[in-house]
Amino acid sequence: MDQMFFGRRAVLAGATGLAATGLAMPAVHAQATAGLKIGVIAVLTGPAAALGTHLRDGWMLGMKHLDNKLGGVVTESLVIDDELRPDVAVTKVRAALERDKVDVMVGVVFSNVLAAVMRPITENGTFLIGTNAGPSTFAGRGCNPNFFTTSYNNDQVHSVMGQAAQDAGYRRVFVMTPNYQAGRDAVAGFKSRFKGEVVDEVYVPLTQLDFSPELAKIAASRPDAIFTFMPGGLGVNLVRQYRQAGLANIPFLSTFTVDESTLPAQGEAAEGFLAASVWAPNMDNEQNRRFVHDFEGQFNYIPASYAAQSYDAAMLLNSAVGKVRGSLTDKDAFRAAIQAADFNSLRGNFKFGTNHYPVQDFWLCKVEKRADGKFQTATVKKVLENDVDPYAAECRMR
Amino acid sequence: MLLLLLQGLNGLQLGILLFLVAAGLTLVFGVMDFINLAHGVQYMLGAYLAAFFASLTGSFWLALLFALPSALAFGLLLEWLVFRHLYDRDHLSQVLATFGVILFLNEGVKALWGSAPLQVPMPALLSGGFEIMPGLQYPIYRIAILGAGLATAGLLWLVVERTKVGMLVRAGATNAPMVAALGVDIRRLFMGVFGFGAMLAGFAGVMAAPILSVEPGMGDNLLILAFVVIVIGGIGSIRGAFLAALMVGLIETLGKSLMPDLMRLFMDPSSARQTGAALASMLIYIAMAAILAVRPAGLFPVRAA
Amino acid sequence: MRRDLPAIAFLLLLAMAPFIGFGEGHQLTLLARSMIFGIGAVSLALLVGGAGLASLGHAAMLGFGAYAVVVLDDAGITSMAIVLPVAMLAAAGFALLTGVIAIRTSGVHFIMITLAFGQMAYFTAASLSAYGGDDGYTLYGRTEVFGTRLLENRLAFHYVCLGALTFTWGLCRLLLASRFGRVLRAARENELRVQAVGFSPYPYRLVAYVIAGALGGLAGVLLANSAEFIAPSYLSWQRSGELLFMVILGGLGGLHGAMIGALVFMGLEEWLPHLLGEHWRLVFGPLLILSVLFLRGGLVGLPASLRGIGRG
Repeated sequence: MDQMFFGRRAVLAGATGLAATGLAMPAVHAQATAGLKIGVIAVLTGPAAALGTHLRDGWMLGMKHLDNKLGGVVTESLVIDDELRPDVAVTKVRAALERDKVDVMVGVVFSNVLAAVMRPITENGTFLIGTNAGPSTFAGRGCNPNFFTTSYNNDQVHSVMGQAAQDAGYRRVFVMTPNYQAGRDAVAGFKSRFKGEVVDEVYVPLTQLDFSPELAKIAASRPDAIFTFMPGGLGVNLVRQYRQAGLANIPFLSTFTVDESTLPAQGEAAEGFLAASVWAPNMDNEQNRRFVHDFEGQFNYIPASYAAQSYDAAMLLNSAVGKVRGSLTDKDAFRAAIQAADFNSLRGNFKFGTNHYPVQDFWLCKVEKRADGKFQTATVKKVLENDVDPYAAECRMR
Repeated sequence: MLLLLLQGLNGLQLGILLFLVAAGLTLVFGVMDFINLAHGVQYMLGAYLAAFFASLTGSFWLALLFALPSALAFGLLLEWLVFRHLYDRDHLSQVLATFGVILFLNEGVKALWGSAPLQVPMPALLSGGFEIMPGLQYPIYRIAILGAGLATAGLLWLVVERTKVGMLVRAGATNAPMVAALGVDIRRLFMGVFGFGAMLAGFAGVMAAPILSVEPGMGDNLLILAFVVIVIGGIGSIRGAFLAALMVGLIETLGKSLMPDLMRLFMDPSSARQTGAALASMLIYIAMAAILAVRPAGLFPVRAA
Repeated sequence: MRRDLPAIAFLLLLAMAPFIGFGEGHQLTLLARSMIFGIGAVSLALLVGGAGLASLGHAAMLGFGAYAVVVLDDAGITSMAIVLPVAMLAAAGFALLTGVIAIRTSGVHFIMITLAFGQMAYFTAASLSAYGGDDGYTLYGRTEVFGTRLLENRLAFHYVCLGALTFTWGLCRLLLASRFGRVLRAARENELRVQAVGFSPYPYRLVAYVIAGALGGLAGVLLANSAEFIAPSYLSWQRSGELLFMVILGGLGGLHGAMIGALVFMGLEEWLPHLLGEHWRLVFGPLLILSVLFLRGGLVGLPASLRGIGRG
């Protein structure tokens, strides 16, 4: 129905006052050479922009290694800043689908943005390859034939830390997360594998600056370890204040709190702290060595998992487009080609489960100082092997 | 009990930090009747300048030494470029224009220093801490913040209450046209107050940099808290800002640690924790609404109604 | 009547927009969003321009409307005949409850107290885990109008939004022209004089605040349907600030300023990133400053300013 009213734009537009507002965007992007167009959704506004930058740069490096071709087809990448505002993301995504005729969407850092753009993208018949956000909603009942992710189900990562705490024999653990959905999910995920006593659960506001009240509580309850999930700036503040309060002798188990996106600001304060992940820069395989080396060379910082997962998405799409010989018109064939996951992941072991979430290994990682004085996470041991996420059974792919 | 005392101390410390930001805001607002939304980004700029100079010189003290005059200079530059053209405009125009400044500076620091958070090393002299309870160190640096804040507050009080400049500032806050009519160069007074306010905000930013993450937009939420402080305290009142800042700091800190326990009396533990945390976030706004409902001009109103 | 010409011309232009080059889906989406924020801005302009009450909590009214859609959707109720009145009543109710206290203050204190109430609404929305909490809530279908899925059609939705905007503008215009509006404006100019002639401005302001709240609820219903997704960020103080900026940018010289302000604000946000790339705000910020410095009276004051320059 939207096709009925294609206007003779630009001709009359100049005459109307509306032109000044840019609604009549000349179709600069639409006239690219025949090829593929990929929309890269990343948050590039506000404090979370650091994560979006990782995600975008990881994708860009992938495209550079592929000579800007996916499966041999010339490809253009269109970066979309979701501003971490769901309604803004929906508007921009619709414009990219309808105006720019984007063929595949990749990216998305945060699950609330993913939830918002899921319908507009998939109902348009377009494929969405998530490269970070992996809420359990879309792993279980809400699984979608046009949605894949190269990351994980969030719950899995938290449960890995639960398992690690269990393995280490900790009996009393103090749990602290921000007071929002993902924070509550983190606690549930941790508890799903940790069988000991949770001394206290503390929820802090997302705008928290000073953690000293919570640090006093931690010291008072003397746990064997703490488990926390504090993304972005929250994690920077917590880690530094935790160290300054002299609590670092209590093991610091975390998810999405110490990684390469925050380590530049955490530095020595985070040394020895533990994280759960599917990937770390030190993973020893040929493609990963090349990725980390070239990434640092080009962007001058150490990549985090956001970058690695986006790079993997580029390689995944490269293999899938190659399999269908550059033609995305047969959706079923393309879907099967993605599902095959016939590429060399930076993680080594990678395949898709029935719900289009990866079945993969999960690692316990530790922050360490590199020879050049910079900090990165490094794998300590494999905690779960070929782990299928707990919601996969609920998924009935239509 | 010790825990409660400790939380009280933490609340005071947050309050002091808030006061440093709010003091400049309330002066500018009170003396010039000027709403400066950009005050929060001036705090952010202080932190970024500290990070920048610290990476150049490797020393926190040198960074502090360089960051303060830079913050002052930048404040004066902004005043000259933008703000002085807005003094005779209505509040809403000031809000829109200073919002433009926020957008520009938030994006500016991102363009210059990247979007990743930065760190400022803690000065060696003030790192370390002393054991305040078994297993918990109270960092000396936090005591230093407390001290620096109290010293600044005392100094401000002296200047405002006991000097000629302070008298003009107070007079300006009460009745600016009258002061101008008495032959005082009100432009220079305004410029001075403005630059000083910017420097105070920058100072707060420098002090916060070693414990907080230095990132774009870090001033936005603090700005809102600072506005809450000056409105509760009464616009233009340094004394009011000081007391209100401590009050907000205490409410915020104690509320967070006590609310969940309080809610546990009424509901099961897990929902008590979540509702308690949500209520704790609202607490200062509830307090502000309550205070304004009873005293619409704040606790220590300066301007004659 | 002449005063209304710019507004009527603007609404007519919007009515023709789909046929003069703005008919593509994403353009309609953006236009619809602009009109929805236009409704929010016009209702806010009733407060700011009419009653001198600058609210920094207006996004909460839109939020109440949007969350009414969600709560009813979750309960299986998707008929516009129920959703719309419930949403507007909910927003009006919130406005009444908070207005009773907020209207007692004025000036900056009013700005701050409305901010406080807005923040309370925001934190409440973020804690509603039944409706997704901070992650938000996906609507799997738009609100139905007389049992039809009329709103799913973008062109139909365009005209529904236009109708709502016209209604909002017309209502606010009539209100301001009435005796009620004259009291409001007189109280803004000189409160003492109004009191001297025996009027208490308080009930008038409260009624205006409640009406603006209900209209905000209307915008919220449309916003939820436009994005098919609701999140607490709709209620954030930044969003309230944006609504206020739309009003100021457009100018307080008439209600149509708010509509134009909304369209231009949304348009610039869409267009500048394409033109300038990632750091477009380095230009957007100074543009706002320049518009304040040189466009006294906002965008609607532009013709007058230009004439002023012409006369030299």
